[in-house]
Amino acid sequence: MQTPAKCDYERARSVDAAIASLVEHEGTARIIAGGHSLIPMMKLRLAQPELLIDINDLEELAYIERQGDEIRIGAMTRHVDLLKSDLLAEHFPLFADAEEVIADPVVRNRGTIGGSLCQADPGEDLSAVCSAIKCEVVIRGTEGERVISMDEFHVGPYVTAVGAAEMLTEVRVKVRPGAGSAHEKVERRAGDFAIAAASAGVWVEGGTVADVGVALAAAGPFTIDVHRVEELMKGQAPTEEIFEKAGEIAAEDCMPMADTRGPIDYKRHLVGVLTKRALRRATARALQQEA
Amino acid sequence: MEVTITINGQEVTRDIEPRMLLVHFIRETPGLTGTHWGCDTSNCGACIVHLDDKAVKSCTVLAVMADGREVRTVEGLERDGNLDPIQEGFHEQHALHCGFCTPGMMMASRALLDENPDPTREEIREAISGGICRCTGYVNIVNAVRWAAEREAEIKQEA
Repeated sequence: MQTPAKCDYERARSVDAAIASLVEHEGTARIIAGGHSLIPMMKLRLAQPELLIDINDLEELAYIERQGDEIRIGAMTRHVDLLKSDLLAEHFPLFADAEEVIADPVVRNRGTIGGSLCQADPGEDLSAVCSAIKCEVVIRGTEGERVISMDEFHVGPYVTAVGAAEMLTEVRVKVRPGAGSAHEKVERRAGDFAIAAASAGVWVEGGTVADVGVALAAAGPFTIDVHRVEELMKGQAPTEEIFEKAGEIAAEDCMPMADTRGPIDYKRHLVGVLTKRALRRATARALQQEA
Repeated sequence: MEVTITINGQEVTRDIEPRMLLVHFIRETPGLTGTHWGCDTSNCGACIVHLDDKAVKSCTVLAVMADGREVRTVEGLERDGNLDPIQEGFHEQHALHCGFCTPGMMMASRALLDENPDPTREEIREAISGGICRCTGYVNIVNAVRWAAEREAEIKQEA
C-alpha cells in the first residue's frame, strides 16, 4: 500500500493566508492544488512536506480571461477548463492540442496549470506549451508580486524560481496579431507522458515570421526552449524548407535520455519531426487568422 | 483531524490522519467497498468516484481534501431499489468479466452521461480512457454506455 508520510494539513482561505503559512513554516510546507503530481511524489517519499496547504477553496484563482492585450489564466485553473476554453481555442489552440493528450479526463478534472508548471517535470506538456508562446508567470510573496518569463521560471528539473515562501498565482500571455500555435506529442499509449513532444508559437506579419517560439517536453532534463529557431526563422517566410531546418536544429539542441520510452537517436528523430509538424500546423493557423 | 464527508447523501464523520487517502476513507469508514483500490498511482481508474459531481481518482485525493464536500460512489448509483441505467447497461451488454474495473468504469460513464447524454462511441472511449480493464472488455463497456444513453432518452420521452 502506498501512503504518504505523516504530515499536517490546512486549508487556505486566501492567497495571502497561504503565503503567510508558507513563511511561518520556513520551507517545510507545500501548496497542494490538484495533487496529481504531489500526492504520487509523497507516496514515493520524493516529497515529504510537513504541512500541506490546500488551495482548492481559492475560487479566485480559477479563471481564464482577457485583460487588455493579455490572456490571464489563474493558477487553480484545471486541465479540463483549459481544454474547453473558447478564449484559448481562439487565440492559442495549442492548449487544446496538449490538453487532449495530457493524462485522461478524470485526472484532468483535478490537475491544475499552476501545479503542472510548479512541478516542472521535464516530460510534462504544459511547460513546453507556455514556453513556446512566451507566457509570463506571476509569483506572489510577502513582498508583493513579480512577473517573470518562462526562461527565468525554469531553473532545472523539478525546480522553478518560485521560492519556499512564494506561490505562482497567474499565467499571462500577450495576444498579438497573426498568431498561430500547435502542440505535437507522441506517446506509448493514451494518457501517458510523452516519448517526445514539441510546442510551437508562430506570429506572421505581412507574409514573414515576426516572432516564433519552439519548446520541447520529454527531450532533456528540463523543458527545452529552442532559441536557435528564433534566429533561423525571424524575418523569413514560413516555408516547408525552413520548418525542416528548424526541426534539424531542435533535434541537435535537445538532450534526450535513453529510457523505457526509447533510445536517444529515436527521440532526436522524433523531436525533429514533431518540431516540423508543430511549426507547420501553427503557421497554417496563423495564416488563417491573418486572412 | 476530524472530517465530515457526505457519501451518497449520508454524512460520515471520523478523526483521521491528513495523509489518509480518500479511497481508504470510503472503504473503511462507511465500509463501502464497491470503490476498488487498484494501482494506487492514478493509472487504473478502479477507484473513480464523484467528488462534488466531478469524476476523480480517489487514490490521489486526500480524505481531508474532501472534508465538507459530497462524494458519490458506485453504491450511490442505485436509487430507491432501481438500478441506474448505467448499471442496467453493464448487465444487459455483459460489460464486465472479473468486475474489478467496473465501479470506476461506471462512475466515469455516469459522469459522461451527466454532461453529454448522447455521446458517440469515440467520446465514450475517451471518457473511460482513465480506466483499465484487463479482461479486455472495452467493446462491451462502450456498448453498455450507449445502451444506457438510449435507455435514458427513452425514459425522458416516456416522462
